[in-house]
Amino acid sequence: MMAATPGGALLVLAVLLPVAGILVSFALGGRVAEKVTLALAPLGFALAWLIAMQVAATGAPIVYTIAGLPPPLGIALRADGVSAVMLLVAAVIVAAAAFYARAKFATPEGQGESRGALTFWLMLQAIWAALILIFLGGDLFNLYVALELLTFAAVPLVCIDGRPETLAAALRYLLFALFGSIIYLLGVALLYGAYGTLDIVLLAQRVAPTPVVWTAAALMTAGLIAKTALFPLHIWLPPAHANAPAAASAVLSGLVVKGSFFLALRLWFYVLPALPTAAPSAVLGTLGAFAAIVGSVLALRQARLKLLVAYSTVAQIGYLFLVFPLAAGGHAWSATGWSGGMMQVLAHAFAKAAMFLSAGLLAEALGHDQIAKFKGAARALPLTFLTLGLGGLSLTGLPPSGGFEAKWLMLRASIASGQWIWSLPILAGGLLAAGYVYRILAPALADGAVEIKAPPQRSREAIALGLAVIALALAFAPQSFFHFLEIGRPLAAGGAP
Amino acid sequence: MSPSILAGLVGAALVGLGLYGLILHPHPLRKLLAFNFIGSGVFLVFGIVARRGAAARFAFDPVPQAMVITGIVVAFAASALAVALILRLAAASGKVTLDPEAWSGPDDGGAK
Repeated sequence: MMAATPGGALLVLAVLLPVAGILVSFALGGRVAEKVTLALAPLGFALAWLIAMQVAATGAPIVYTIAGLPPPLGIALRADGVSAVMLLVAAVIVAAAAFYARAKFATPEGQGESRGALTFWLMLQAIWAALILIFLGGDLFNLYVALELLTFAAVPLVCIDGRPETLAAALRYLLFALFGSIIYLLGVALLYGAYGTLDIVLLAQRVAPTPVVWTAAALMTAGLIAKTALFPLHIWLPPAHANAPAAASAVLSGLVVKGSFFLALRLWFYVLPALPTAAPSAVLGTLGAFAAIVGSVLALRQARLKLLVAYSTVAQIGYLFLVFPLAAGGHAWSATGWSGGMMQVLAHAFAKAAMFLSAGLLAEALGHDQIAKFKGAARALPLTFLTLGLGGLSLTGLPPSGGFEAKWLMLRASIASGQWIWSLPILAGGLLAAGYVYRILAPALADGAVEIKAPPQRSREAIALGLAVIALALAFAPQSFFHFLEIGRPLAAGGAP
Repeated sequence: MSPSILAGLVGAALVGLGLYGLILHPHPLRKLLAFNFIGSGVFLVFGIVARRGAAARFAFDPVPQAMVITGIVVAFAASALAVALILRLAAASGKVTLDPEAWSGPDDGGAK
């Protein structure tokens, strides 16, 4: 595991590509920044695809040691099955957001460049770069830096239009995120003090259930929870995600919260799998269950569509954390729980991005996003509401959709493991989700007439619809896809508990 | 009491004070200062780690020191970003509060 493997250059290129894009964009200004982002998106997707192919071909992670210096002194980049899939997801959603955002942030010839547009294109690339580092990083301190870069890129996107309420939402988001990262860093310091390394693979071989390790794990997990907006540290998320421009909301809700969640997965399933994790897993699962219920109930009560979709993110993040009790250990059912958790990550990323992009189109076409005033809007904006409906189908967990697949796998894992208690929040959350999706669609399908200020562009509707279709298509993922997700995971199915 | 233990206790006290301030003070600027308290505490802990975990041949382990320097740069950047946001918020609205109730009003869902 320690030595570099073939294909390491791909990892370096994947990290450098968006960073080079940022530097060029920053030097040459907003008009170029837009073109650079749009040009890099397919390149980044191709690189992610090559990495995934290489991982699938060898059945083992790709490892690159920076400057040829192996850990513990050097730093390694690693791509396993999960990181390859996340790289692909990030590339697709960033590309979708970029093409969607052209209508708002493009700078036509003969028009002066604006600061907002430059900020948007720079920060979109910066989020992408930070996510790639998070998915590939093999060193806990390096991952801390990547996590901070992600925050610094995400916060400006929230307040890009400069209204006071968006500035307040961004500030609150930043303070929560800073709390999260500094607490995570304290945990990193303790781990380094105990074992003299921060490399994930080396740490996994050395950790023992001592008080230092438990303290470090608790601190790091608390920090990551604050960044992921798990109940009860979720209060920053709805105003931040609901006030951002739609393209930014899609990236924030679909991808950015997954970055810190991915690190929580790395911590518990890659660094600490040797520990008896039943109790902490149960705590995380309980918080997740509360999030799924509370988030859905709050979503039901929102008057604005974007706030409803943002609260739905709080609920869906809750499902993500059910993966900790359902995939713990090396039992036969753990693999099912792991597949379910990863499927939930993917399905939510695509469905939520599609819904936020549609909500943005809707707000632009109607001039508001008050759900109560949607009467008859579905007739005027059929494609937009189709996308909202399909995304909602996946969130609710109705077949055929990635959301259904995720919940089905999680339910199977909860029954097989004898932890049937976790099936209650899964089922209740699904019912509540059906409720809030119905709340969007029912008035829109009712009789009435709405005034359309400007019909949305077909191409932008198609982008949102495309993402929703991917969320549905995930239901047909073959078994080999789930085997791919297991590549590089310690204690995969059949291993010792 | 050895210097390491004293430094460790001071670090822990700074983290505790910072957490208290970050959670309980309503004003964003005070919260930011409290965050810097926590940061100082964490960096102190790193310093002790460097002293204790000396990797065999060195009097001090240089790796945690490198990490502290990186951490200070990141914390500085974070503070600068937060101060910039506070200043913009004060300039745009004349008040600095994080209370979401203060901002509730008609909203267009980002249509503008």
